[in-house]
Amino acid sequence: MVSDSGEQAGMPGAGSGRYRLSHLGALEAQSIHIFREVAAEFERPVLLFSGGKDSIVMLHLAKKAFWPAPVPFPVLHIDTGRNFDEVLEFRDRHAAALGVRLSVARVQDDIDAGRTLEDTSPGATRNRLQTPTLLRAIAEGRHDAVFGGARRDEEKARAKERIFSFRDQYGQWDPKNQRPELWNIYNARHHKGEHIRVFPLSNWTELDVWHYIRAEGIDVPPIYFAHRRQVFQRDGMLMGVTEHLGPAEDEQVFEAMVRFRTVGDADCTGCVESMAETIDLVIGEVAGTRLTERGATRADDRISEAGMEDRKREGYF
Amino acid sequence: MTELLRLATAGSVDDGKSTLIGRLLYDAKGIFEDQLEAIRRSSEQRGNPETDLALLTDGLRAEREQGITIDVAYRYFATPKRKFIIADTPGHTEYTRNMVTGASNAHVSLILIDARKGVIEQTRRHAFLSSMLGVPHMVLCVNKMDLVDWDQARYEQIKSDFMEFAARLNVHDITFIPISALRGDNVVQRSENMWWYDGSPLLNHLESVYIGSDENFIDPRFPVQYVIRSQTPENPDFRGYAGTVASGVLRPGDELLVMPSGTTSRIASIATADGEVAEAFPPMAVVITLEDDIAVSRGDILCRPNNRPSVAHDLEATVCWMDDRSSLSEGKSYFLKHSTRTVRASAQTLQYRLDVNGLHRDEGATELQLNEIGRVSFHCTEPLLVDDYTTNRTTGSFIIIDPATNATVGAGVIRVIATTHASPNVVRHGGRLTRADRAAALGVQGATILFTGLSGAGKSTLAAGVEEAFVRSGRPAFLLDGDNLRHGLNGDLGFSDRDRTENVRRAGEVARMFAEAGTLALIALICPFEEDRRLIRALHDEANLPYAEVFVNTTLEECERRDPKGLYARARAGQLPGFTGIDSTYEMPNNPDLTLGADSGSLPEQVARVVELLEMFAR
Ligand SMILES: Nc1nc2c(ncn2[C@@H]2O[C@H](COP(=O)(O)OP(=O)(O)O)[C@@H](O)[C@H]2O)c(=O)[nH]1
Repeated sequence: MVSDSGEQAGMPGAGSGRYRLSHLGALEAQSIHIFREVAAEFERPVLLFSGGKDSIVMLHLAKKAFWPAPVPFPVLHIDTGRNFDEVLEFRDRHAAALGVRLSVARVQDDIDAGRTLEDTSPGATRNRLQTPTLLRAIAEGRHDAVFGGARRDEEKARAKERIFSFRDQYGQWDPKNQRPELWNIYNARHHKGEHIRVFPLSNWTELDVWHYIRAEGIDVPPIYFAHRRQVFQRDGMLMGVTEHLGPAEDEQVFEAMVRFRTVGDADCTGCVESMAETIDLVIGEVAGTRLTERGATRADDRISEAGMEDRKREGYF
Repeated sequence: MTELLRLATAGSVDDGKSTLIGRLLYDAKGIFEDQLEAIRRSSEQRGNPETDLALLTDGLRAEREQGITIDVAYRYFATPKRKFIIADTPGHTEYTRNMVTGASNAHVSLILIDARKGVIEQTRRHAFLSSMLGVPHMVLCVNKMDLVDWDQARYEQIKSDFMEFAARLNVHDITFIPISALRGDNVVQRSENMWWYDGSPLLNHLESVYIGSDENFIDPRFPVQYVIRSQTPENPDFRGYAGTVASGVLRPGDELLVMPSGTTSRIASIATADGEVAEAFPPMAVVITLEDDIAVSRGDILCRPNNRPSVAHDLEATVCWMDDRSSLSEGKSYFLKHSTRTVRASAQTLQYRLDVNGLHRDEGATELQLNEIGRVSFHCTEPLLVDDYTTNRTTGSFIIIDPATNATVGAGVIRVIATTHASPNVVRHGGRLTRADRAAALGVQGATILFTGLSGAGKSTLAAGVEEAFVRSGRPAFLLDGDNLRHGLNGDLGFSDRDRTENVRRAGEVARMFAEAGTLALIALICPFEEDRRLIRALHDEANLPYAEVFVNTTLEECERRDPKGLYARARAGQLPGFTGIDSTYEMPNNPDLTLGADSGSLPEQVARVVELLEMFAR
């Protein structure tokens, strides 16, 4: 038969099945490609770093993209003043360990200076207030590219966002007028004052992120793993008791084993009951879960079906 | 190991594409409860008692209001075998732009056909776009089979209608699956209603379609993206070239040519943050260090001295225009971003515009508007390093950027016709006769067939049989035999790889002229390399001439037993170095139009098969 003579003749093609990457390898390669493209085409990129798992993975990929040289841009945190202490502590330690320059832009500064107005009604969160602070920090840093850790699997509006997502001079996103994005060619051109949001994790899912954290042995803040915590029920979600958030009169506090799936603000990020104390157990839980991570634990996304799209238009992450 | 598979979907409005994706996600557990709950509520608000799975894939608010999907949306789901990325693109005529975007990276293009409507213009358009974007695998889902009583005859009819059209496309792996997206038949579970279908259900097929050879592992191309320098104590003097392997396999020690400078060096190491690797292949992102200290920068391409891209100031490309605020017209100036290089270029000539099926050319067109496709020649102020798109999706593609707005206004796939280096002062002369004039006046239409196979496989015998059958029935045909050509036209060529390629190129060019003149040209040539065969095909595709590749599949053992010219014996004795099958490879054709072997019947029967193939062209 042909295949016999083929092997005799040492035909290529027969063995090409060995040139394969695992899906995590392919995702990693794509993200690294994106980082390098940005470093080559922009003057002042910055990476948004919150201390959450997605931004940790993003920074890890950046590190790999430029190895053995250091990451050629700084990282920025938008501090709402409502963050979990554990996460802030992790943020500082992690940035120092990687040797990246961290700057922090505080929502409180904008409130104090009268640039943003805080909604002080009960139950109000500072989530939306991050946008003006972020835009101020981008303008002050004259950043032309801003890396964000958003993933397309998180929710519907993000499913359509480009990897290089253009923002006008007001930091706004126009979902109806996005640049087509083909192959792995990214259009980095922009005028002064405009910038591009870049999402290197676009094609990753929550499960991919966890698999990668395990495969690479990446350190994440402890609140992602099951721990005992004082909690109470609100709007069908479990909220942790912190200095930023306490129960209302009719809300019962009790102790439970919980973990967080995302680390937003302490006053609007719920936790889930969980026994997953190790990464293997977390992966098992994520693989089996029937709720999206945002749907499960983010009060800020529940406002309306179109909630995220509205905020993104304004310049949110 | 789970692999990544990229899937692009297309179908006309209401063919059931959203329902199908919803079904795949739902059955493969790619949907979460809260998402399901949200669409359940939306369905109820719209007075739909059943949960409309289609709502799941509708993204932005404007679209929800209009009730249609208007942009590319990405969906993710995974099975234990593969992780899938779906680029979900809407199917209206106006949205060619999105379909092209979705197909640009896809391994598989999934096209829906409504069983009641059959193959319609949209189907042909989707298929044409997939083929133009070089998507290697195509799956046609014939949907709503429940509404045609699961009728096998209907399905078979649609299948043959489509195949008739697909014969003109450059897609070689086509699979049909009859389904009902609404009921779930043949989506994840095998359908009991369609017991007559013996193929796999869709998900099963997507999990197993072989994508291991979709990448080009033959032609090494490494576009330099970023230069990494480091002076840390561990790496005191590091200088490496970071990039993503576009094609080919690279190994330390390989000799490299730096384009466009033309300097050469060797790979010292292939570095990654996880340590050095022994080989790099697409789509790995790595850092290459060279043995010599030479100047390399972003925009350069590392390749091999004897296998390099073309250096082109002038480009020919099939362009899809994507902007609604401007159009492409001759003389306008743009930026082209190609791989890691951006250059200024002007659109020189719009040669023709293609209709939506990609079948008819309007040579009188003067501009390309949103969603239109045409053949454009560009002149670049600095040269680009290009390959033909069919051999290389990375070095064969570019985007067009408007210099004023910075918007991405178009995308192009490059056609590199042949490895000729025609002087820029040579211009083509066109007579007044068109091909149609010629065909009408002479009553003949030309075509070319390449017979490829090992020495002694029976190529010439078969080709001569076809020649005779044609000529005896009054139709012009002419055999271009490899051995004969080497006595005349190709008498100056030896058997180096380079000379072999040139041998093939000349045979291809001559055949093309014969075909253009209205004759059936029959090339009998070992033509052992896939790349060379692609070249002949490209020459004909370029000229829009019918072309087929016949693989004369006789085993090496059998050829050696026959050894009509005593060549194998001499080769075995070491007297013929580089003899195909002995110490030089014969690459199996990836997708021959016809394969004939020992089990294909007698010579007259085989001749009849080839003639049959030709008759398909005529239709
Ligand atoms: N009977 C039947 N109806 C279907 C099938 N697939 C989709 N539909 C219906 O066809 C209509 C259009 O489907 P949709 O998925 O929105 O089409 P799209 O425009 O291609 O996304 C909807 O009413 C679906 O319920 C099928 O297999 N059988």
